[in-house]
This record gives sequence, C-alpha cells and structure tokens, in this order.
Amino acid sequence: MNTHAPSAASSAYQRIYVWELPVRFYHWLNALCILVLTATGFLIANPPAINTASEASFSYWFGLNRFIHFAAAYVFVFNFAFRIYWGFVGNKYANWKNFLPLRWAQAKEVASVLRVDILQSSNKPLVAAGHNALAYLTYFVMFLVFVFQVASGFAMYANMSNAWFPQLFTWMLPIFGGDAGLRQWHHLATWFFIIFTIIHVYLVFYHDYVEGHGVLSSMAGGWKFLPKKQPAGEGKSLFSGAPVTTKPAGASPRSPS
Amino acid sequence: MDTLIPSTSVDSRDSTTVYEQLTSRGVSRRDFLKFCGWMSACMGLGSEGVAQVAQALETKKRIPVVWLHFQECTCCSESFLRSSHPIVADILLDKISLDYTETLLAASGHQAESVLHQTITKYKGEYLLCVEGSVPTAAEGVYCCIGGRSATDIIQEVAAGAKAIIAWGNCACSGCVQAAKPNPTSATPISKIITGKPIVHVQGCPPIAEVMAGVLVHLLTFDRIPQLDALGRPKAFYSRRVHDTCYRRPNYDAGLFVESFDDENARKGYCLYKMGCRGPTTYNSCGTIRWNGGVSFPIQSGHGCIGCSESSFWDNGPFYERLGSFPGFGIETTADKIGLVVGAATVVGAAGHAVLTNVRKHHEIGEQPGESAANGPSTSAGGSSNQGGTES
Repeated sequence: MNTHAPSAASSAYQRIYVWELPVRFYHWLNALCILVLTATGFLIANPPAINTASEASFSYWFGLNRFIHFAAAYVFVFNFAFRIYWGFVGNKYANWKNFLPLRWAQAKEVASVLRVDILQSSNKPLVAAGHNALAYLTYFVMFLVFVFQVASGFAMYANMSNAWFPQLFTWMLPIFGGDAGLRQWHHLATWFFIIFTIIHVYLVFYHDYVEGHGVLSSMAGGWKFLPKKQPAGEGKSLFSGAPVTTKPAGASPRSPS
Repeated sequence: MDTLIPSTSVDSRDSTTVYEQLTSRGVSRRDFLKFCGWMSACMGLGSEGVAQVAQALETKKRIPVVWLHFQECTCCSESFLRSSHPIVADILLDKISLDYTETLLAASGHQAESVLHQTITKYKGEYLLCVEGSVPTAAEGVYCCIGGRSATDIIQEVAAGAKAIIAWGNCACSGCVQAAKPNPTSATPISKIITGKPIVHVQGCPPIAEVMAGVLVHLLTFDRIPQLDALGRPKAFYSRRVHDTCYRRPNYDAGLFVESFDDENARKGYCLYKMGCRGPTTYNSCGTIRWNGGVSFPIQSGHGCIGCSESSFWDNGPFYERLGSFPGFGIETTADKIGLVVGAATVVGAAGHAVLTNVRKHHEIGEQPGESAANGPSTSAGGSSNQGGTES
C-alpha cells in the first residue's frame, strides 16, 4: 500500500508559529474597522430614507452614523500605526523588510507565485511560512491605500475638529481640488477594500484547499502546518531560524524503514 | 466718479483718510461707527475690534488699488456694488483709491492705460492689486487682450510692483467655468501665474459683498494679510462649511432628507443633501452672512448649494446628484458604478480561477503521496513514524 516510502519522509509536517498574537489581533481589529468604515461610509454617501415625517429634534441616527465612522477611523489609524511598529519588533514573518521585493529572491518568488498560483502554468510546489512574496507586495499596496484613506478622510474631517491630528492632513485638499474632489477619491478608494476583500478571502480558501497548510486557521491560532523538508532554493530564506515546535515534543527521530 | 479721473484725484487722495471722505459725503459719525461695528462682526473680531477698525479708517491713508478684469463676467464687481449697505459700495468707489478698473473707469483708451502706468510706477510696492477673472495661457494668451496686450503680460507687469494681490471670485481663484473641462483657452488662476506675492483668495461666484468689503477693511485696518486657510482663503469667512452653518443642519443629523424637489419633505424644509447639495463640501459664509443684506441664501429658498466657492465646482457635477461623475470615465460614471463593475469582474475572475484550480491542480489537492492518512489503518506504524517527525 505504501508505495511512496521515500517521499513519506519528505512530507512529514511540523507546526510553525507564524502569526503572533499582536499580528492576529491587528488583523481582526483591522477587518472589523474596515467593515464598519465601509458600511457607515456608504450610509454617509447615500443615506436611506428611514425616518420621514418626524421632527429633527427627536432623532440623531445620521449624526450617530457619522460619529461611528469617525471613531472607527481613529481606531483604524492607531491599529495601523501599531502594525507598523510591530514590523520592527515582531517576528520575521511580520518584519517590514518582507513587504517590498527588494531582494532578488523575493522578486523571483513574486514571479513564481504568479506562475504557480495565479496563472497556474506550473505546479511546482511553493512553500511560504509567512505570506508569499506577492502577498506581501499586495499588502504593501494596501498599506498605501490605508495611508491615502486616512489622509483624505482626516483632511475632510479637519474642519469639524479642533484636534491636532486631523489638521496634519489639510494639505491633501488643494491637491484634490477641495473637499468635493477629495471626497470622490475617498469614496472610490473604498471600493479597493471591497475588491481586496473578495480576492483576499478567495485566495485564503484557495491556499487552504490546494496546499493544506492550515492557512485559514492560522489567523485564529497563529500556527501553520508545513512540510518538514526544506524546499530547494526558497526554503532557506523562509525557514532558517524558525521556531520549530514539533508535536509530540518527546518523540525521538526514527527511520521510516 | 470724478475721483477716477487721473492726475487731480491721485494727489487729493494722498492726504485724505477714509473717515474724512465719508463725512464730507454726508455720512454721520453714528452711521460710520455702525458700519465699523458691523464690519468687525463680519470679520470675526471681538468688541475691541470695532475701535481698531474705526481708528484705522479715521487715521490711515487710503490704499491705492488697481483692479484688473480678465476672463470673467463682472459678477464680482456687481455683487460688491449691489451690496445693501451703502458704505460697502462706497468703499469700492471712494474709500479705496481705485486708480484703475476697466469697468468703472471714466477714462478710456490711452488715457486709461496711462493711469495704470502712472499708478504702478508712482506707488511701486504699495498698491493693492485686485484681480477679477482668470488668465488664458493657450495660444500665447490671445483669448484675453486689453489695449493690445495679453492678460498674461498685464498681470505679470502689474503684479511685480504690488504689495499684495486679492483674487476676486472663483475665476481668479480657480478658473471657474472657463477652466471647466476641456478648458479650451487654458484659463489659469492667478496663483498659478504669480509667485512670490501674498494672494488672498476671495472665493465664490460671486463672493458675498460683505465678505469682499470685510477683506478690504481688514487690509486697511491691520495693514496685513488676514489669516488664510490651506487654499489661501480668509479664515474669517471661509473656515466653516455652508453645511455647518446651515439652519437645516438638524435635519441632516436626524437623517431627514428631501428625496425629490416636489415631495412632502421638501415642503417641510428637510436637508437637501440627497438632492446634491454641496453644502457639506463648500466653505463659505452663506449660512451666516447670507445674501442681499441677509435676506436669504440658496438653501433657504429650497435649492441645494452648488459649491460655487470651491475649485472646479462645474466639473464636480451633476449638481443634483450626491456622488459626482468620475473624471476620465465619461458622463454619469460615478465611483460606485466603477466599483461595481470592477467588483463583479473580480467575483467572476475568482470563480473562474476556482474552476481552473480544480482542473490544473487536480493532483495537488487532497491526500498527497506519503501522507499518513493515505497509508490507511493497515500501515499505522508508518503513519505514527511520520507524526513523530521523521528527519532525513
């Protein structure tokens, strides 16, 4: 039955702690913020006629909706700032250096991810303990959109606030032709998050389904299941120094044959 | 209008103050002080500001002013002249030394041009330059020529010796309708042509007369540029959105909106937000100072704000839609339409990719050779050895 004895050794799995608790916390708080900001944002853009023929003094739902949008924006900003900080002090999978493919190995990985996962012109197995290089690059682009959304949002908010933080972004207004122009771009950028989420969720399912490394659950528990043998070439940069924890811990290495 | 005739007027003006001019025209001290109080209230000064304004108008010499007209409709001048307060129009006609302005100048031809030349040489570095209208730069400026010279030439020459520049109205501040797409004459706002001079943007199409007067009185009183916002507009008049000072604002916060111009909500005076009102993105004093002597303003008469004091307000249309059309995608294409199309394409793409995955990655999906589950119960020994973490 076991006709693959030599390869059995190579597909032994180990658990690797990839996403630390702060990273997971950031991820889900960020997701929640984006959900709330998108929902309240669309309500601000096009409020439904849910209460008519009443007196204004008895109702404040639209004001409340806007308050939630602004409050969530602050949470979003500080959460994002925290993630940047964690890019300097967190583990190597969270490190800021991963996000730009400046090294040749990273650039090559971007190309091979495109071939294997997106175009599917190759079936060469790719193993990435953290994100793959293309995913990191995508998140870098996403961070740029974060910065734009924060800057444009707070620029529009600045005149409603006496706080110093929103005033930092008023320089955005002349560039985009005042509030009206900036509002347009702020609204359009919201769609980036929606489209990003579609692709992001699809690809998580894709990787979980095709590779079986537990990507989907890794953002809950932090662990991934990865083949023990280092894949040629890429393995070195991805695995060296990884905190290896095998289970059961006391088991001694044994030969399969 | 006699003060506008050259040579005699220029000299007599040097020695008179605003107050002397006013009283000689029969304005009582009481009316003068009322005007000072009203102006300082408009400028947002405290009660002590009244005395400052009064003192300045009583003691300071009038400022020489050159008022240029380029690509515009003169609605700024009209707004100023038709102010309900008599002293406001007087400021323009008498109180400032309006040495040159095409619209009101009695002189014409070479005589008029010589006044301009005389003023900018005699008061070099002292005169105030007011500009109404944008400057066309396409085809070497042929789209706007005065006295055989292009607007570009004139503005460069006159601005060089100006103490400060006031850009009246949307044309001078951001090009207004002639700079709307496709902007065939390359209508350009003053701030993009002149650098190195303080420029006050008095936005609006037209600006409110009291705002224009307020800016001039401020310059006269304090002899310096008023505090400006990021877009160069005086904060005293443009720091708040029409939305923030709108008397319909409580309806907005309560979520009470006009859904169409003839519905019950419109009759009740609900918020015009969904009718495309630009109040939330427009900075102006319409909600407080209002128009025609404080009688009304657009929203009070049931029509949304069109945002005439914001740059490119013509291109941020349509006026009756909340979400404007997006540049580069044709008329009526909003951010939502673009987003929906791209979003739908993404879903279709992901679905197609999922199908492709099942075809192309057929062998990678599921149990892999050598994995413990594939070995079945009969080879449990081999399975446990895998779990134990075999090393090669």
